[in-house]
Amino acid sequence: MILYDYVLSPSCYKVRLLASLLVAGIDLRPVDFHPGAEHHSPEFRALNPAGTIPVLKDAELVLTESGAILTYLAAVNAHEWLGHDDPEMQARVANWLAFSQRLTASAGAARLHDMLGFSGDIDALRVQATDALRELEAAIHARRRRGGIFLAADRPTIADIACFPYAALAPDGGVSLDSYPSIRLWMRAIRALPGFIEMPGIHRLHEQMPEPGPMPDVVRKESA
Amino acid sequence: MIATMQDHWYPVALASKLTRSGRDTLLLAQPIHVRAEASGAPVVTCDGRVLPVLVKFGHVWTSLGTPAGDVFDIPEAHQPGRRLVEVGSVKVRCSPLRAVENFLDIAHFPFVHTDVLGSEPHTEVERYEVEIRDDVNEVWATKVKFFQPQAARSAQGGITTEYMYRVPNPTCSVLYKTCPPRPGEWDVITIFVQPLTETTCEVWPWMALYDDDSTMTQMIHFQQLIFLQDRSILENQLPALLPLDPGQEIPTRADMLSIAYRRWLKRHGYTFGAQLVAA
Repeated sequence: MILYDYVLSPSCYKVRLLASLLVAGIDLRPVDFHPGAEHHSPEFRALNPAGTIPVLKDAELVLTESGAILTYLAAVNAHEWLGHDDPEMQARVANWLAFSQRLTASAGAARLHDMLGFSGDIDALRVQATDALRELEAAIHARRRRGGIFLAADRPTIADIACFPYAALAPDGGVSLDSYPSIRLWMRAIRALPGFIEMPGIHRLHEQMPEPGPMPDVVRKESA
Repeated sequence: MIATMQDHWYPVALASKLTRSGRDTLLLAQPIHVRAEASGAPVVTCDGRVLPVLVKFGHVWTSLGTPAGDVFDIPEAHQPGRRLVEVGSVKVRCSPLRAVENFLDIAHFPFVHTDVLGSEPHTEVERYEVEIRDDVNEVWATKVKFFQPQAARSAQGGITTEYMYRVPNPTCSVLYKTCPPRPGEWDVITIFVQPLTETTCEVWPWMALYDDDSTMTQMIHFQQLIFLQDRSILENQLPALLPLDPGQEIPTRADMLSIAYRRWLKRHGYTFGAQLVAA
């Protein structure tokens, strides 16, 4: 499997992240998205006429939508990540895969505007991003009230991976995550998964400090 | 005071990516337009006025004032066999001076560029030497050593990397570091910063490397990965303006270069993106 990849693309990162979580080997083929605009080149458009990344190529199969790529990776490597236990779960996953496009079109476009100078109505994009994040926050809050944290099941599925990067990188586009405690806990749960990998702007969890022991002598004296 | 800042050269575009329609941007909070003429020659205008322009290190440079000379030189960059890497610009919501200062900071490697340019527990910054070279009017740091798990795209495993830092211009810095495939030479890594406003900037990294194995795209991606790790940190630094007066922060030995840079800026009255009175 070859992933046509850009190191700063959250959509490409979705694929790299899921491949790492599933311990599935993929070969990376770097695309000079910025500043080279290689995705607009005739050679690249011959592969993907839409001129977008990521693209996953597996023998004759060419996939150009990140949701489809995540579905394929999970179907080949770890079926439980598809979230197909029952019709309701399956539909929820499909709903979140579609929802993730709203994050891409809002928070993602705001990020490209603010970071790489792409054109766009930045105020409108931030409003749309905020709407999408509020919806995500409400949904995760509802899951938490029932003891869960992941979007579609009691375990992580491709729904979480599809929504995670653009939500986590919203601050790159000037949209703060301060007011979304459930999103932040959900992101923490994803970052704690075995095999988690980073991308710029999405950091690994630092190791927890050891349990606090007895207070050092000097502090005890001062407080006495 | 403003005059000296206006008289510096600033990067405003990649020469190879400039189009006839060009782009609108800012320089020191002034709107400017950068475009290519039919011949390909770059033209920069500000409110109808044609600004001085030249092309160096792959970038278009301009000035709002009257620059005293050419853009500073990097003699090593002209050595044959080097690959010249145009990394492209990234906008950052931070003071242009903070972008340069972060580039000069050694101590952040293990925490911001974990397992690439640094790793725990190898966090100590050994003593290094800093000087303001009055003959050339530049800030230099030499004898900097740091353990790096993957110092460059071309590095195989961890090495103790040697660095030299140079600030030849208030918003530009040149870094010389151990070249993994050619131990006798230095890799040249630069950061050219275009000040948009006092709290926003556009950063144009550029490199002149010996690396016969990586593709150009791989080298661009490596440097973009590194710089974007810095970006999220830079956007959260407080205060937004770089304090040039002591009082607000307590520096450590590892910050000697930063202190020299701030002192040099203050000496030259370079206050765009700086704060002068300790809060």
